[in-house]
Amino acid sequence: MKILVPVKQVASLDEDFVLGEDGAVSSQDLDWQLNEWDSFSLEAALQLNEGEDGEVVAVTVGDEQVEQNLRSCLAKGADRAIRVWDDSLRGADALAIASVLAAVARSEQPDLVLCGVQSSDAVESATGVALAGLLDLAHVAVVTGIERAGERLTVQRELEGGVVELLGVSLPCLLTVQTGINEPRYASLRAIKQASAKPLDVSSLADVGLDAGTVAAHAGSHTTQLHEPTLTAGATMIEGGTAEIAARIAEIVKGAMSA
Amino acid sequence: MSGVIVLGEARRGELRPVSLELIGAARAISEQGAGPVTVALIAADAETYVEQVNRLGVQEVLVVPTPQPQFEAHVTQAALEALIEQRRPSVVLAGHTIDSLGFAPAVAARGGLGFASNVTGASWGEQGLRAQRGAYGEKLIAELDFPDKQTVLLLLRPGAFAPAEGSGSASIERVELDLAGRARTEHLELRDPPTGDVDITKADFLLSIGRGVEDEDQVAELERLAERMGATLSASRPLVDAGWIDAARQVGQSGKTVTPKVYLALGISGAVQHLVGMSKAQTIVAVNSDHEAPIFGVAQFGAVADMFEVAAELERQFE
Ligand SMILES: Cc1cc2nc3c(=O)[nH]c(=O)nc-3n(C[C@H](O)[C@H](O)[C@H](O)COP(=O)(O)OP(=O)(O)OC[C@H]3O[C@@H](n4cnc5c(N)ncnc54)[C@H](O)[C@@H]3O)c2cc1C
Ligand SMILES: Nc1ncnc2c1ncn2[C@@H]1O[C@H](COP(=O)(O)O)[C@@H](O)[C@H]1O
Repeated sequence: MKILVPVKQVASLDEDFVLGEDGAVSSQDLDWQLNEWDSFSLEAALQLNEGEDGEVVAVTVGDEQVEQNLRSCLAKGADRAIRVWDDSLRGADALAIASVLAAVARSEQPDLVLCGVQSSDAVESATGVALAGLLDLAHVAVVTGIERAGERLTVQRELEGGVVELLGVSLPCLLTVQTGINEPRYASLRAIKQASAKPLDVSSLADVGLDAGTVAAHAGSHTTQLHEPTLTAGATMIEGGTAEIAARIAEIVKGAMSA
Repeated sequence: MSGVIVLGEARRGELRPVSLELIGAARAISEQGAGPVTVALIAADAETYVEQVNRLGVQEVLVVPTPQPQFEAHVTQAALEALIEQRRPSVVLAGHTIDSLGFAPAVAARGGLGFASNVTGASWGEQGLRAQRGAYGEKLIAELDFPDKQTVLLLLRPGAFAPAEGSGSASIERVELDLAGRARTEHLELRDPPTGDVDITKADFLLSIGRGVEDEDQVAELERLAERMGATLSASRPLVDAGWIDAARQVGQSGKTVTPKVYLALGISGAVQHLVGMSKAQTIVAVNSDHEAPIFGVAQFGAVADMFEVAAELERQFE
């Protein structure tokens, strides 16, 4: 089975970030990592193909600095990786990214696409199901279990409150994978070394048959401004050393419990 | 080409509370000029919820029956696409809920709609619709607009908008759509989560721990601290995912909603899905090493400190 795994490198703001005069975040203030959800979807793909004659292809829409993440997917066991980039894609939203991934999927023709439920920086929770829509693929969002019998999958969809729905769906399809579905593996040092020999294909928008204008037309929204939240409430901060902090917390707790 | 369509959401015979929040938000933007409010109920038992969604400001309720009794993402997707095609609304509002995540992004992508998820603010003005959502893991707010989009679909965050009140005088219309054969998944069963050894929703004092915890041994230490303080131990999702804590102790969207007298959060960042489960606690105290952690936005008391140093000192305080 050929499984396509779209992975994203996410940016978290470090503790001392400053918002620039122009309302933009400086890339120096960002820590980059593989999106937590995507390590679970990659692991799910690797497990589904264990002992099978298949292929796991990791794909990302991102600039050169995300390549390290693709290499780590290769080190964990992905067979191939694809990176698509154009500078016009910086800041692109879920629908725009989905249109690029759709172009890749159309040429790869996977049996299964496994996305993450969400990316921890943008929290759009939209790219996967938008991609399924564009490809007209059957889809299930927020999946915590996958079992395969031939062309048929039985999947668990996790609802609010931890209720689970069991449902059947046939290949080809797209699932968005939730954390906790498995235990993502680490790559061995040897695998990390070998990963540099695995194919990592770099494409431009033109290579996948797109151009900046077409992608921009898919975008669902346009960001007019970024700003810090204005806290209406917000905590009273306890100052001092840890002993003082603990003493104050003990006082607050005892007060609140006896009130 | 105007008006607001609200998608009501129900499960297991009950209207989900977010539905009323969507109507509240729709009424507000309607009063700002977005046009009349229509509530669409896409479900086999849609009739059941008509009176509950007939609130002040709702002009019309659409009952859209589905062939199958349970929610099915592709059926709802087809129904919503048909409604948008027939009515051409300016705005469609649905909840940022698990069900919506299964169809709304597909509807938006296929229809070339304006779209934003996890929306915490919306307004209508001369330039049309504007919306607010978090960025960079909620540390910043992004202001959005939707130039050149005829219809904009927003997924509103549960809890972010005031619910609609009063009773309305909407007209009720039954809309028969051809939805047979649109399902692409087969419902097998619904399973409730296993009841664990403890019911954290009954506890007055929760000591709640998050990914500040780095290994399983530390969980045992914090469990002893909880016992000593007279607290019940609860946790954020990553510790449950790691298998270090029983799922029955998870607080948040996919866990339990708790309202204890005291919620002491150690090493929890305050992701939306965690906050929906605990923001109504009476007193929230948070300890986090990052002064920008969003949890400080809902806590009454906060301390920027190492949770293990504070835990060690708390042991002494509760000797
Ligand atoms: C559909 C869905 C449902 C979900 N349901 C839930 C749910 O029910 N409950 C839930 O909790 N999450 C849920 N999540 C996950 C949620 O998005 C977050 O990933 C999760 O809440 C993060 O947990 P955390 O705060 O413990 O971890 P992190 O976000 O990693 O935060 C850890 C925090 O600890 C701080 N820290 C680290 N070391 C220390 C130290 N030594 N001392 C003090 N502070 C320290 C860090 O500064 C950071 O703020 C759900 C996600 C999805 C998509
Ligand atoms: N730039 C990207 N490249 C590849 N996959 C992505 C990208 N952005 C999002 N995804 C996929 O979409 C999922 C959900 O992200 P989001 O919709 O941004 O919350 C991620 O877990 C990835 O599987």
